[in-house]
Amino acid sequence: MSSTLLRTVPALRGALRASGAPKAAAMASTTFVRGKATLPDLSCECIDNLTYTQRPQAATLRGASSQGDDYGALEPHISGKIMELHHTKHHQTYVNGLNSALETIAEAESKGDFTKAASVAPLLNFHGGGHINHTLFWENLAPASRDGGGEPDGALKKAIDSDFGSFDTFRKQMNTALAGIQGSGWAWLVKDKSAGTLGLVTRANQDPVSGPFVPLLGIDAWEHAYYLQYENRKAEYFDAIWNVINWKTVAARYGKD
Amino acid sequence: MVNIASLWQYLALQAPLHSSMSGEPLNLTKMGLTTYTLPALPYAYNALEPHISAQIMELHHSKHHQAYVTNLNKALESHVAAVAAGDVAAQIALQQTIKFNGGGHINHSLFWKNLAPAGTEETRADAAKGLVAEIDRTWGGLENFKKTFSAALLGIQGSGWGWLVQEGGHGGSLRIVTTKDQDPVVGGDVPILGVDMWEHAYYLQYLNGKAAYVENIWNVINWKTAEERFQGKSEDKLEEKSEL
Repeated sequence: MSSTLLRTVPALRGALRASGAPKAAAMASTTFVRGKATLPDLSCECIDNLTYTQRPQAATLRGASSQGDDYGALEPHISGKIMELHHTKHHQTYVNGLNSALETIAEAESKGDFTKAASVAPLLNFHGGGHINHTLFWENLAPASRDGGGEPDGALKKAIDSDFGSFDTFRKQMNTALAGIQGSGWAWLVKDKSAGTLGLVTRANQDPVSGPFVPLLGIDAWEHAYYLQYENRKAEYFDAIWNVINWKTVAARYGKD
Repeated sequence: MVNIASLWQYLALQAPLHSSMSGEPLNLTKMGLTTYTLPALPYAYNALEPHISAQIMELHHSKHHQAYVTNLNKALESHVAAVAAGDVAAQIALQQTIKFNGGGHINHSLFWKNLAPAGTEETRADAAKGLVAEIDRTWGGLENFKKTFSAALLGIQGSGWGWLVQEGGHGGSLRIVTTKDQDPVVGGDVPILGVDMWEHAYYLQYLNGKAAYVENIWNVINWKTAEERFQGKSEDKLEEKSEL
């Protein structure tokens, strides 16, 4: 883990955000700038910044995050190199793609070109979903030496026991779902909004969990999430990740809605 | 050897198998099915360096492609058993597994053959005179075709492949298509050349820089193979093992 990177990246990003708004305002409509998405810092303990319309203010960056950008924090289960690329490159690309899609839509809307606006829907879904999914993912991970791993307790444990039979059964079913994804995608523990029950769903590519479900816990099954460390042995990654699941975050999401 | 078209046809038509087999022991060969085996690469794992690393090629071939072959054979065996048992629900349940793993086997078998070590005769565009002339007619030049094909590859969301195909069979128009996950080109179009855009195809070397992978892969495209496919003289076969 490069300590230089730890120190400079958040500061640099903050500076970019602080100076970014006026520049963007010159190029795009103010509506678009107000809704501009920015890359959140890794915030494995924080559940407050779930929205993709993160306020572009440096003040929101480090304070809420107990891990900051310590990319090595999840080792040996997820390597620092994976975390760094995953966050600074992949997630950043989704943020950029989302902003670009929103900009195209805003421009098309201002011209009354709804055909053009509608044509951007796949990009909005892909990049918007990528931003939502990764933001949720960082938050439901924590170092094994801190809040990561173990088993849920309280109301969440009761619900898992009730809906899956046991925690072990739930974990096995989640791993089976992950292993069964053909191509890129995610598996999620979700809560059914109307029934209140828990369930497992998978989503292709970056399709976000929506509709009747509240996403509680997501695991990224894209190859970029594990390949540098686990190569083709994805089952080992799916086993290891349970050591860094932050059940506090999952419980908070479960209790929230 | 079974022509590659056999499995394509199978995937495209979900060809029903004779159900009059009940009472007889299962015999996959008699039922028109075979088990498939991993084909050897036509070059060494390090032959495509520096454009595709030996480590990528070895994992891609010996692990990923092997897994598609293994899982295809398993699925086909289960399918035969389901046919023999007259269990149509079980047959339907297997279709996606057959498509995914059968597609993975077809796609990778085509891919290895449409690559060759950089600097060889095969990687020169004049090894594909007929195809390049048609590309010129269609895209106004080879460079513009490469640009268009590269953009299609980079536009794939998630895992998938980009293909140059002849629409509707030999003699058809050239077209660039993308397929998701391991969906193969089936249903009459002829694949001329394919590029794997799964992350496992480039990540160990290029990390998130997939544009560089796409740029470099042009150095190892086997134009001779592409020309043979274009002319309908391809000898693409899927490796099979007839004894079970």
